[in-house]
Amino acid sequence: MGDDGMKINEELMILGIETSCDETSASVVRGGREILSNVVSSQIESHKRFGGVVPEIASRHHVEQVTYIIEQALREAEVTMDDVDAVAVTEGPGLVGALLVGVNAAKALAFAKGKPLIGVHHIAGHIYANHLVEELTFPLLSLVVSGGHTELVLMDEHGKYEILGETRDDAVGEAYDKVARTIGLPYPGGPHMDRLAHEGEASIELPRAWLEADSFDFSFSGLKSSVITTLHNAKQRGEEIPEETIAASFQASVIDVLVTKTMRAVEKHGVERLVLAGGVAANKGLRARISEVCEERGLKMTIPPLALCTDNAAMIAAAGSVMYEKGQFADDRLNAQPGLELER
Amino acid sequence: MNVLAIDTSTYVMGVAVLRDGQVAGEMVTHVKKNHSIRLMPAIRMVMEEADMKPEELDRIAVAEGPGSYTGVRIGVTTGKTMAWALGIPVVGVSSLEALAANGRYFDGLISPFIDARRGQVFTGLYRSRGGEVERVDEDRLILHEEWVTYVREKEEPVLFLSPDLLKHKELVGADAAINPADHLGRPSAIAFAGMKKEPGEAVHLFAPNYLRMAEAESKWLEAQKERE
Ligand SMILES: [Zn+2]
Repeated sequence: MGDDGMKINEELMILGIETSCDETSASVVRGGREILSNVVSSQIESHKRFGGVVPEIASRHHVEQVTYIIEQALREAEVTMDDVDAVAVTEGPGLVGALLVGVNAAKALAFAKGKPLIGVHHIAGHIYANHLVEELTFPLLSLVVSGGHTELVLMDEHGKYEILGETRDDAVGEAYDKVARTIGLPYPGGPHMDRLAHEGEASIELPRAWLEADSFDFSFSGLKSSVITTLHNAKQRGEEIPEETIAASFQASVIDVLVTKTMRAVEKHGVERLVLAGGVAANKGLRARISEVCEERGLKMTIPPLALCTDNAAMIAAAGSVMYEKGQFADDRLNAQPGLELER
Repeated sequence: MNVLAIDTSTYVMGVAVLRDGQVAGEMVTHVKKNHSIRLMPAIRMVMEEADMKPEELDRIAVAEGPGSYTGVRIGVTTGKTMAWALGIPVVGVSSLEALAANGRYFDGLISPFIDARRGQVFTGLYRSRGGEVERVDEDRLILHEEWVTYVREKEEPVLFLSPDLLKHKELVGADAAINPADHLGRPSAIAFAGMKKEPGEAVHLFAPNYLRMAEAESKWLEAQKERE
C-alpha cells in the first residue's frame, strides 16, 4: 500500500487549460508538481449583475481571453510551446459552451505544434491540486466540495477514482449560494456566508440529513428549505434573525454532516490521507474543522491554498501529468462533455 | 499565399486550403453533427491531402459570424489558437459575405441569409462587380418579412441564398437560387476573401461577430430602462 510506483518524469512539461465555468486559466507545470505559472482570469465582475454565471456570456469571454491567457502562462513560466510535452485540457464536466472553447483551443494548439493532447476530468483536477502542495499517497480519500459537486472519492493509486458518495440534490456550494441569496447577500454568496458565520453564533437548530446509516451520500436541499421556513416563521412573528446567526447555524449543519461522513469513510476504508478539493475547500470554517479532526486522529491531510481550491489550470496540468505517464491521450475528436463521469 | 479557411457558423462545415493562392483542398459537409468533434479531424485531413504542413501556412481565415453562437466560437477559437501558435495572422470573414460569393455571376442584388429563429434572419446585401462580391448594405439581424419588403422596394433583381432556404421558401419565392449547392457557402470563398483583407488587429483580439447581444444582457438592459 502507499506508493503505487508510478513516477512522473521530473522534466515533464505540461501546459494546462481550464475553461469549464467562469474562469479562463492556463498554466505550466513541471514534473507533475512544480507550478511554473498559473494564470487565472476571473469573469466574476461580468456575471455579478446577473446574480450568477450566464453560460453564453462566459463562453464569449473565454473566446476573447483564451490565447492571451495561454501566452501569459508560457511567458511567466519562461518557456515556449517547443518546451511543452503535451497540452492538457478540462473536457468536462462543466458548462458545455465554456468547455468547448478550452477544448478547441487545446486541439488547435496540439495540432499546430504537433503535441499530444490530454483530456482531463475537472474533479480529477481539483483533487490533484493537492499534489501540487504535497505528494499524494494512497489509499486516500478526497472530499470534493464545490458549486457543482459534493463527493467522497476514494483513490488506491494515481489516476483511479471510486466515488463512495455524492449529493442527491444540491451541491454544497449551490446550497451556500441559495441561502446567501435568501438573506440578500451579493453574488457569489459562499465567501460572505463563511465570513458572517464567524461573526455569529449557531444558535438555531437546523436539520442534518444523515440519510441511511451506511450511506456516504449527501443531501442539502432540506437544510436550505429549513432555513427559508425558519426565516419566514420569524418574520410572521415580527422577529428578525440576524444574518450572522443564520449563516453560523447553516454552516454548522453543513460542516457537521460533511466532516462526520468523511470520517466515517476514512475509518471504513482505512485510508491514510485525506485531501480537500473544490471551491468550497476555501471555506475557513470547513478547513479549520477538518484540520482539527485530522490532527486528533493523526491522519495525514492536505488542503490546497485558496488559489488552488478555486478553478485553475495548474490542477488540470497536474492531473494531466499523471495521465501522460499512463499514456492516456486524447485524439482530434476530443469533445466537451458537460456530464463527464469521474469513474471511467 | 498559403491559407487555411474554416467555417462552422451554421450546420455547414467547411475547410479549405489554398497553396500559392490556388485551391489545393476543400471539404464541405451539411449535416446536423457536432462541429467540435469533426472540425479538427477535417482540418488534419484536408491539410494532409493537400500536403500542407501547419508551419507552411501564411494565414488563417475564419467565418467570424453571424450564425450559431457555439458554431462560430468553435471556428474562431480553433482559427485564432492555430494562428497564435504558428505566429501568423488570422482574419475574419463574414459568413454572409462568403455565402454571397455563390452569386458572383448574378446581375443584381444578392441577399444571403441565415435563419436566426423567431422569424428573424441574419442577412445583408451584396452586389457582384467583376466576378467578386462587395457589400452594399451592412450585415444585420432583422425580421425576415421586414427584410424582404425592404429589398423588394429597391426594384432590382435579387438573388436569395441560404442554407436555411426551406424554412423561408414562401417568403423569398422564385428569387432564390435554383441549384441547391449554391445555398451552401464555400470555405474557399472565405480563403479568397480572407487573403485580400488586411490582418489588422492582434490575434488575441480576434473574436466572433455575433450581431446580437447575449439574451441575458439584452434582458438586463431592458430592465435597466424600465427602472429609469
Ligand atoms: Zn471547479
